[in-house]
Order: sequence, then structure tokens, then C-alpha cells
Amino acid sequence: MSFGPHLFLALLEGTVSAFVLALTALGLSIVFGVMRVVNVAHGEFFMLGAVLAWAFSSLIPGMPAAGFALALVGSPIVVGAIAISADRLVLRRLNYGPEATIVATIGLLYIIQQVVLMTYGPDARPVQPPINFRIVFPWFGYSGYKLVVVAASAVLLAATWYVMMRTRLGLVMRATQFDRETAQAFGIPVDRVYSLTFALGAALACIAGVLIVPIQQAHYLMGLDPLLLSFIVVIVGGLGSLRGTVMAAFVIGISEGVISVFFSPTLAKIIATLFVALVLVLRPGGLFGEKSR
Amino acid sequence: MRPGGAGRAVLLHLAVIALLFGLQFVLAPYHHTNLSRIMVLASYAIGYNILLGYTGLMSLGHAMFFAAGLYGAGLTVQYLGFGVISGFSAGLLSGLCLAVTVGLVALRTSGVSFMIVTLMFAQACFLGTLYLSNWTHGDEGFVLDAEARRWSFGGISFDLSQPTARYNIALLLFAVCLLLCLVLVRSAVGRVLIAVRENEERTVMLGYHTFRYKLLSLAVSGTMSAAAGATYALLFSYVGSTFASFQYSIFPLLWVLLGGVGTTLGPLVGAALMFYLVDISSGFTSSYMLVVGVALVLLILWAPKGILGTIREKAVSWLP
Repeated sequence: MSFGPHLFLALLEGTVSAFVLALTALGLSIVFGVMRVVNVAHGEFFMLGAVLAWAFSSLIPGMPAAGFALALVGSPIVVGAIAISADRLVLRRLNYGPEATIVATIGLLYIIQQVVLMTYGPDARPVQPPINFRIVFPWFGYSGYKLVVVAASAVLLAATWYVMMRTRLGLVMRATQFDRETAQAFGIPVDRVYSLTFALGAALACIAGVLIVPIQQAHYLMGLDPLLLSFIVVIVGGLGSLRGTVMAAFVIGISEGVISVFFSPTLAKIIATLFVALVLVLRPGGLFGEKSR
Repeated sequence: MRPGGAGRAVLLHLAVIALLFGLQFVLAPYHHTNLSRIMVLASYAIGYNILLGYTGLMSLGHAMFFAAGLYGAGLTVQYLGFGVISGFSAGLLSGLCLAVTVGLVALRTSGVSFMIVTLMFAQACFLGTLYLSNWTHGDEGFVLDAEARRWSFGGISFDLSQPTARYNIALLLFAVCLLLCLVLVRSAVGRVLIAVRENEERTVMLGYHTFRYKLLSLAVSGTMSAAAGATYALLFSYVGSTFASFQYSIFPLLWVLLGGVGTTLGPLVGAALMFYLVDISSGFTSSYMLVVGVALVLLILWAPKGILGTIREKAVSWLP
């Protein structure tokens, strides 16, 4: 394959991972924006999505599409419930202190990961894609399911934007983000908003996990990479800025896809992590972020 | 602090070291090896505690300093034919250089940003050990030659694979780190570090250049962690990427939280308890990290001061 088609393939792969990354990082960004909580367990919600997708689809053997649809609805509900109980049982008791919640979510990371290891086991397991068709380009064939992932992610990103910007729930969440105490004084049930926000963030990561699992197998350690990438995206995009997060996800997702086709992926990751550390030091508001208040 | 506390505190620390020295004659071989390991890991935790407990900076990337010591000693001994002492010094030096470099960049941030910046640097170092797998052999790691771990000093030769030599060198490292920590936190510099922890702005107002103090604290902390890493490589002869991973950044945090943040003996108590907790639970299940997760959540919820911190608060107020 010559350079042109190779680059085209890299761009396609990059676009798919960019959309999934945008979904995952958006969850992290909403949680950080509204609650000021750095959720280190975010990648585990992604992993739970993938593992639950396997569990749900094995409930309906022989009908991958039905199993997948069930997973798409069921997994976020389960993960959302886990997130709400984590918020009520742990984070709220810590009064959302930034350092205490990081330690607590690291604990949560290991708890979720190891419980999955105990129940689901150490194996990586595949899930059948709900649809099977290939798009044939002149140079190579490409899995049609990956384009479905792109479409579904785009719809979900738009839906999240709609919820945040055009509904009452989003208004309440943004009010809480802007000023928690004043919001409470105006009768907004801040506790409930926090629980819902945490659940929404977790559900977004979970859906990203469900969408990715027909491409990448479900494994109990698969949460680490999306976690680090989401961190990178949220920081580069500006902490708490949703538009910045989505923009950064596309820049980083696509460039990561392209770089790792041509160079060693490990080297790409080293450069990315160092770059992010420097962004956080030199431009704490992020590259695309607004000035912090 | 009441007068007379100083003397009692020094006596207590010497008693702990004496107790550890005595224990080697009564312990079964299995626990003997475990305790050598615990003392090295506790030295790592003491280093971590200087930064977290006495300066108020929480790092999520201390594994990079431990790994700098580990690889600094391991690689030079393996490929450059360094001896025990020169390998150890190489480890120490690489830890110091890394700590100062990271400090100059990361200390411009504070709080949550500092945690994430250190996490990112540590992740880059971890990936670096994987990337340079021609030398480090990545996850598999490599084992140091037994020949390289012999060391003669003043006509007496030590073999670091011998349990007795291993135990006493681990004890020596631990004792040096513990006493250094005690001296540091009782010195004028240590007082300034504690002032930074309690209220950095006020410390600045009092005329202290807090950045320099924080850098010093990070340098001491990183070098001590590297000393533990170098000793670990030389005593237990295994060098691998696992020691640079996120997990090894979380362990010292957990040990210090469990034993008591800002207590000199807390790291030993936490490391020993956690070591045995993981050891016992890994007999039942392969998911022994579950214990780590549960311990972290429980500690941060109900005992943020840790064991010795709670004892100090309730009963023994002179505990340093």
C-alpha cells in the first residue's frame, strides 16, 4: 500500500478513536467541571461498559444485534447506578475535597477492576458486532461497524450538548458549576445534581466502552489507556470546558491515530504525556480553554 | 510539644531500630526475607512522607524516583560493570537529578495540578522503561548477576544474596532514612516545611522563599526513594518495569496514609501492615489489589490520620 491510502487509513482509524475518546473525555470533563472532582476511576467505567456489553450480549446468543441493543441500554443504567452509589457512599462523605476524592477514586479504581477480575476473569473476550458489512475502498476494505461507532458517538455528543445547554437539568448543572452555594441558596438540590452528574459522566464512559468492544476485546485492564487519554484531552482542552474537551479529543485522537500508524505508539504516548504535563504547568487554562475565573 | 519530648522521641526511634536488629535472630526465614523487603519499602515510604506528610504535597508519581534508583543501580551494574557502592551511588544520583528536574517544572503547580503533573511524568518514565526494552527488557525485567552483588570492604566480603547481609543492609538503609527524617523534621528547615504545609501564603508573608524549600523537600524525598529503589535492585537482584508503574506510586501513598501522614514511624507501620495484608490475601485470591482499593477508601473515609496519627491525637502527643 502506498503512502496516500496508508495515510487515509490512518485518518479513518484516528477519526474512530477520536469520537470514542471525545465521548469518554466528555464524561470526565463534565464531572470535573460541575463537581470539581478528578475521577481517577473514570477508565474503569469505560471498562465496565465493555465487560457488561459482553455479559448482556451473551444473554441473547445467536442474535448479536439484539444483544448489542440490550447492552447499549442496560450497561449505562447499571454503571450509572454504581456511580450514584459511589457518590452517595464515598464522595459526598468527603465533602468533595479535591485531594481526598482523588485518593478515594484511586481506591474505587482498584475495587472495580479487581471485582471484575474476580467475576469476569483475566481473559479478553470478543463481542460480535451488531452489523456485518464491509465498505470496499479501491485500496482496502473497511469495517462498516466502525462508521456506526462514529455515527452513534456523534449523536451522543450532540445529545449531551443538548442536555447541557437546552434543558432544565443542564441549566441546573451549569448553575451548580458556576457557584455551588448560590445555587443551593436558590433551592437547587445540589446533592442530587452531583449524583446525577457523576452518573452521567460514568454513563458516557460506559457507552464508549460498549461501542468499542466489538472492535477491541473486553478485558479487565482496558480502562487505563482511555483514562490517561481522557486526562490528556481534558487538560489540553481546558479543565471544565466542554467545547475545549471535544476539540482537544479530535486533535489528539486523530493525531494519535496517525502517529501510531507511522511511529512507535509507546514513543507517541511518552511525547503526549510530557506535553500534557507542560501544558498543565505553563497554560493551566488549557490550550483552547477560556481564562479561568 | 512538651519539654522532654525530644529525648523520648529519639529514644523511641533508637528502640525501634534495636528491635528490628534483634528480630533477625528470632524470625523464621520466610518472615526474615519479608522484613528485609519491608524495611526497604518503608524507606521508600519515609521518602514519600517527607513530601506528603511534612510539606503537604501529594505526588502521584513517586514510582519514577524509586525506578530511577532501581534502574540507575541495575543498569550500571548490569552493563557498565559497576560495583555495589558505585551502582548504589549511580542510583542515588539519577534519583536526585530526576527529582530536581521534575521539581523545577512540577512545583510551579499545586494541589490537584501537582498530582496530575507528577502522574504524567511518572507515566512518561514508565513508558520510557518499556520503550528502551533493548536494555531494560520492559515488563520481563532482568536479574542481576550474583557475581556483581559481592562486595568486599576492609578485607571482609559481603554477599548480598545472603539473608543476613541482606537483612542488615536493609536495616542500615532504613535506620539512616528514619534518623535523617527525624533530624530533618526537627530542624529549622523542617519547621519551615511544616509551615508550608499548614499555610503556604503565610509562610511567604513571613519572608520565606517557599519554592526553594519545596524543591529541597522534593529533592530529599526523591533521593530517598531512589536510595530505596537502588537498594531493592541490589538486594533482591530483580529490575523490571512494574516498579515504575502507577501501582508503585500508589503503594507509598497507601502505606503513609495507613501508618499516619506526618509521623516518622508511620511509613514502617503502614508498609509492614499492608505487606502482610497483601501477602495473606494473595494466598486466597489473585485479586489481591482489591485489598489496596478497599483500604484506600476506608482510610480516606474514616481514618485520614492513619494509625500513628490517631494514636498521637488521642494519647501520645509527643510522637514525632
